[in-house]
Formats: sequence, C-alpha cells, structure tokens
Amino acid sequence: MAVRVQREDFDPGAEIAALTAGNTAVGGLAVFVGLVREMAENRQLSAMTLEHYPGMTEKMLERIEAEAKERWPLEASLIIHRHGRLEPGERIVLVAAASPHRDAAFDACRFLIDWLKTQAPFWKLEEDSKGTGTWVEARESDEEAAGRWQ
Amino acid sequence: MRLLYFAWLKQKTGVTEEEVELPGEVTKVSELLDWLAGRGEGYAEALANRKTIRVAVNQEYARADDPVKDGDEVALFPPVTGG
Repeated sequence: MAVRVQREDFDPGAEIAALTAGNTAVGGLAVFVGLVREMAENRQLSAMTLEHYPGMTEKMLERIEAEAKERWPLEASLIIHRHGRLEPGERIVLVAAASPHRDAAFDACRFLIDWLKTQAPFWKLEEDSKGTGTWVEARESDEEAAGRWQ
Repeated sequence: MRLLYFAWLKQKTGVTEEEVELPGEVTKVSELLDWLAGRGEGYAEALANRKTIRVAVNQEYARADDPVKDGDEVALFPPVTGG
C-alpha cells in the first residue's frame, strides 16, 4: 500500500513489477494510467498544470486506498499522482490494485480512480496554444461515477 | 487562523496564504466566508458564488455549519479536478 505525489514522471512497467514482486498470493493486477489529452472540448491544449494541497492530498489518497482495502481483499495497491506543468501525452496518474482474483482487482482499481477524482484536492489549469489558462470545472459525470461506490 | 487559497480562488483573491485573527462573531464556516467576502473586491468576487467553493478545516472537508476557531488551518478551493 503506497501513495506518492510527485513532480517527476514514473515508469509504469517498473512500478507494477515492483508492486507484486515476491508476492505469489497475487493472481490479478489491474492498472489505470491517466494521460494529458491534447483536446479539451474543442480546444487544442499545449499544456496542463496540476496544482494540489500538500498535506491534505496525501491524507486523502491514503484514506481512499485504506477504503479500497476495507472493501476488497487486496494484496497490494499503489497511487502515484503528478503535479506541476505537463504536456499532452505525459502521464498524470497511476492507480493499481492487486488481488488473488481479477474481479477484486478490476473493481478496486476503478474505485481508486473514481474516488480520487472527486476527493483528492487537485486542480487542473489548461493552457491553450496562445498561453491562455482555463481552470477545468468539475464534471457531474465524475460525481456519478464516484457515487456508484457509495 | 491560517488561510490557504487554491486554483482560481488564489487568483481572484491574489493571496496564496495568510494569517488572520478572527472577529469574535465568526464561529462557523459560513460566517467565515461572509466575513472574508467583506475584506475587499477580490475576496468579494472570489466568494460570490458559494456553490463553487469547497472548504477544508484542518485538511478535512467541512460544511457551512461546521465550527472554525483561531489556530485552525482553513483552505478554500473549487471542486476538485484531479485524476
């Protein structure tokens, strides 16, 4: 069980290999990796800057992870979230859940990202080709996705 | 009290972080927001639509009726958009 908030990039292959190394109880590992998309609505982005609330962010991510562990029989889990300025194609977030069986791994992985999106204090500022910044507004569909797990 | 502002609340108030002394009548979150809104144009604009503001007291999400007191760390920010 681990949570990391960092500016630098991460290597998904190395991360998931390390997560389950030596743990032969794991039968399934589900991973979600979020990337900066080039198009937002109808605008082309040149970058996205992620701001967060140091201290509260880690606390909320740890709580989300603990909640997943309560609900599913997890052998291992990992949340990595980047902050700072990122360009299209760059990785933003990785969540992973490992369990003896695949159903728990899939469900826990989905839960981690859905809850993270509505609970963890991160904010995205989109920057277009002219350098104009727009704060991303929270989506109702994200609330609905998180609500499925209530 | 230590106040923190994030995302567009930081831009509109022009403040990242500040120490304030609370007037005696401010005892809950809603009263804190009312008081802050009266501290200048930037604050008034930032706090105009309360539906778009989330508050954390000592790094826990708080509601309008939750208590606040001197010594608390209170953060004001828009609904979160991570992931």
